[in-house]
Amino acid sequence: MLVTLLLVLLGGGLLCLALDRFRPEAARLVSLLTLVVAALILASLAPLGPASAGPGNAWLAYVQMPWIPRFGISIELGLDGLSFLLLVLTLALGFIAVSASWTEISFRPGLFQANLLWTLAGVVGVFLALDLFLFFVFWEIMLVPMYLLIAVWGHEARAHAAYKFFIFTQVSGLLMLLAILVLAWTARTTGQALSFSYFDLLGQAPTGQLGMAIMLGFFIAFAVKLPAFGVHTWLPDAHTQAPTAGSVLLAGILLKTGAYGLIRFVLPLFPESSLAFAPIALGLGVAGILYGAVLAFAQDDFKRLVAYSSVSHMGFVLLGLYAFNALAQRGAVVQLVAHGISTAALFMMAGALQQRLHTRDMRKMGGLWQQAPRMGACALFFAMASLGLPGLGNFVAEFMVLAGLFAEHPITAALAALGLVTAAIYSLSLIQRAFQGPDNDQAKIDDFGPRELTTMAVMAAALLWLGLYPQPVLDLARIAPPLSLSGLSP
Amino acid sequence: MNSGMWQALSPLLALSGGTVVLMLQIAFHRNPRWSVAITQLSLLLGAGLLLWLWPGSDYQSLLLRVDGYALLLNLLFILAAAVTCWLSPAYIALRSEQSGEFFLLLLLATIGAMILAQAVHVASLLLGLELLGVALYALIAYPDRSLLPLEAAVKYLVLSGAASATLLFGFALAYAGTGQLAFTGLSESLALAGSGAYTLVMAASVMIICGLAFKLSLVPFHMWTPDVYQGAPSPVTGFLATVSKGAVFAVFLRAFLETGAYQFPIILNSLAAIAVASMLVGNLLALRQDNVKRLLAYSSIAHMGYLLIVLLVCSDPANHDLAVEAALFYLVAYTVTTLAAFAVLTWPGYEQYQGPEHTELKHLSGLLWHHPLAGLLMLVAMLSLAGIPLTAGFVGKFYLFSAAVTGPHWLLLGSLVVGSGIGIYYYLRVVYYLLRRDDNHALLPNAGWHESCLAVVLLAAVLGLGIAPQSLIGWIQSIL
Repeated sequence: MLVTLLLVLLGGGLLCLALDRFRPEAARLVSLLTLVVAALILASLAPLGPASAGPGNAWLAYVQMPWIPRFGISIELGLDGLSFLLLVLTLALGFIAVSASWTEISFRPGLFQANLLWTLAGVVGVFLALDLFLFFVFWEIMLVPMYLLIAVWGHEARAHAAYKFFIFTQVSGLLMLLAILVLAWTARTTGQALSFSYFDLLGQAPTGQLGMAIMLGFFIAFAVKLPAFGVHTWLPDAHTQAPTAGSVLLAGILLKTGAYGLIRFVLPLFPESSLAFAPIALGLGVAGILYGAVLAFAQDDFKRLVAYSSVSHMGFVLLGLYAFNALAQRGAVVQLVAHGISTAALFMMAGALQQRLHTRDMRKMGGLWQQAPRMGACALFFAMASLGLPGLGNFVAEFMVLAGLFAEHPITAALAALGLVTAAIYSLSLIQRAFQGPDNDQAKIDDFGPRELTTMAVMAAALLWLGLYPQPVLDLARIAPPLSLSGLSP
Repeated sequence: MNSGMWQALSPLLALSGGTVVLMLQIAFHRNPRWSVAITQLSLLLGAGLLLWLWPGSDYQSLLLRVDGYALLLNLLFILAAAVTCWLSPAYIALRSEQSGEFFLLLLLATIGAMILAQAVHVASLLLGLELLGVALYALIAYPDRSLLPLEAAVKYLVLSGAASATLLFGFALAYAGTGQLAFTGLSESLALAGSGAYTLVMAASVMIICGLAFKLSLVPFHMWTPDVYQGAPSPVTGFLATVSKGAVFAVFLRAFLETGAYQFPIILNSLAAIAVASMLVGNLLALRQDNVKRLLAYSSIAHMGYLLIVLLVCSDPANHDLAVEAALFYLVAYTVTTLAAFAVLTWPGYEQYQGPEHTELKHLSGLLWHHPLAGLLMLVAMLSLAGIPLTAGFVGKFYLFSAAVTGPHWLLLGSLVVGSGIGIYYYLRVVYYLLRRDDNHALLPNAGWHESCLAVVLLAAVLGLGIAPQSLIGWIQSIL
């Protein structure tokens, strides 16, 4: 089933590509249909009963077949609660991305949809792969269609943004490849055959300096993707220049692969080095929260503001994971989902505005509420979600992270809590400048139509559900990683 | 003169026979179609004989050794020559009065490369090297309607001649020190040699390394590379970049292992310095190139630097098999990928003018939209050179990483990571030009079935080696 899921997405992409020649408008339908099929496959794997597959009977689904026996590399895929949660998010945002690109893309729509589906396939692969080599392959290969999305369909400065995005992630990826190889070869010297399987490498990490160096190789790759403070500079450019659907995918799920890597690989494979590294990671998290928030406030570009707010929000994920506290770690998982939805919605809003006004500059907006009240209401809702209004998903996540963190590191938690205040400032200023105030724009703009309204409503409902009844998500995060979250809490 | 010998030498003889037939054909009845057909047939025959010898052959004479290593590389060279021959006719017909001799030279160069892969003696090494080199001078200068190829050929001739002289002097010194010229003989007398001979032999090794490094265009012997790459006709550049470098590396690796040169720290250290310098300088200089052939020239300098890692890994005898395996896979991947890139540059419709070649980056602008197959091939070739997964280049790079982490080669690994990181930028630049959609392309390439076939084959090879590398790995392992 897991392989089928990947093949469906890849095949759907090929079909879109084939349609590009003669029926380009049919491609988006095919794309939608592909996602429906993928969603059905995923639904058939839903964690209704106890997990019973794979090593330790801890996986919902598990498959392994040889790929490159020379290096002990196999196609090893596994689905647990955490992967399931993130796959649901991935496919949901896939729908949103298709919806966002429905009318926006006029150049080669078939190829666009193909790249969209291939990016999703890469991300799904990342969330499923349990062989480190396979994981790396998915990790790198998902960048290629994403690069194409930015470089071909992006906005005015797309070349620069696409280079920066690709080079940051590739170079950090090479460090991870090196780390994976060193880990596998050192594990081999202890007697077993060369293997890249997650299960064979668990508990094999060398201690001391070498262990720390290998851990850093992984951490840097994931921190770039997350992004952590200091290596985040690719993010504002890439998010701003990408087409709307690309921004949705980037912010909604590609950033999550970094967090997923930390949860799945760094913490379980290198428990000791991670513990020793925790203070630095927490520092990076706090710095990211505050720095992202301050820069978000200073932006005039709608998308850039949202991009910097992502840096700030993802800081909470880093804090949650390195707090080494069960509550905070589960909060981080909720944050992944909540941030994915709320940011995707804000990017879609930005895309809708750009399509209507041909600008993302908030100095040229203002007073839009009078012309487009439905857009204004949606924007206000998601701005509230982003600033952490109780009752919405982001509040639950950030509260859990802060509560868990406070038990371990009160001062860090106090500093991070400032992030909630600054989030209120930049979110409200966004609404104020774009939708309130005097009407700057003479031209009449169209309000949201049914397609856009439905998309927004679904995302709003998801955030409300996450805010009012987060228990199912918390449960998934708990059954999820037998070794990653619960096993590590001191 | 037993039957085993005739069998082992039959691929070489097939190609040599092909050159004679081709020469007679040109003398009596000039016809480019016939020339191409004879060339392709003799290459096909050679490839068939190689497969027939596979995998049990292990014939050794004083000069040549036909083992699995030589067979695999010979097959690679023959296939690369066949691709070059497939690409050339239209190109050469546009740019020169007569095209028959081009194929004659191509066959001779291929024979030289095959001899290099089989050489186990200094004499056969020189024989192969000069056969390859002399044929290449003429191949580079072949188009007689512009001056650039001539300039490139003269440059290559002079510098290559100097390198050969250095190499020869190195061999003379080695002979003075040990009294041996065969690789294995050198190894035995090195073990017995006293300190006086040691100095002589080390001086000899340094000269030999310099000579071979020139042919491989390693830093600091790389100056000729961009000019020759740019000036030479594109199919010949592809041949030079793959077969010529591959053959020299093949004999370098064999000599390095069989003479026991890997035991000497001086040799290892100088090779490490050359490798690091090549990786960094090659990649840095490629950054600012606007001509795709020059860009590929600098990139090839870096790739040869990566490949040198394999030699350094050999310092631990336990790793010899892994090192040879990595080298063979990398060479195959690099050859296929580079041929793909040069195939796009040679694309005849793209070259409809008789004037200078259209190989500036701006000429590739929007290729993916105007000519999807050519654009896709170039895109995949660039991704493979950059080492992106699911391409042949990635598996090759993975092999190098695997080989290097077996020992304390942190400096080399660091340079490999930094070099690859820089490399991504300029490969992406090419990709970005391929994807540009704003300017109108004046030269719309028109693809015949001829080019499309080749493009599909190369595409399948680059992606196939990346997605399912196990079959080639199994092949390579079966000969070690």
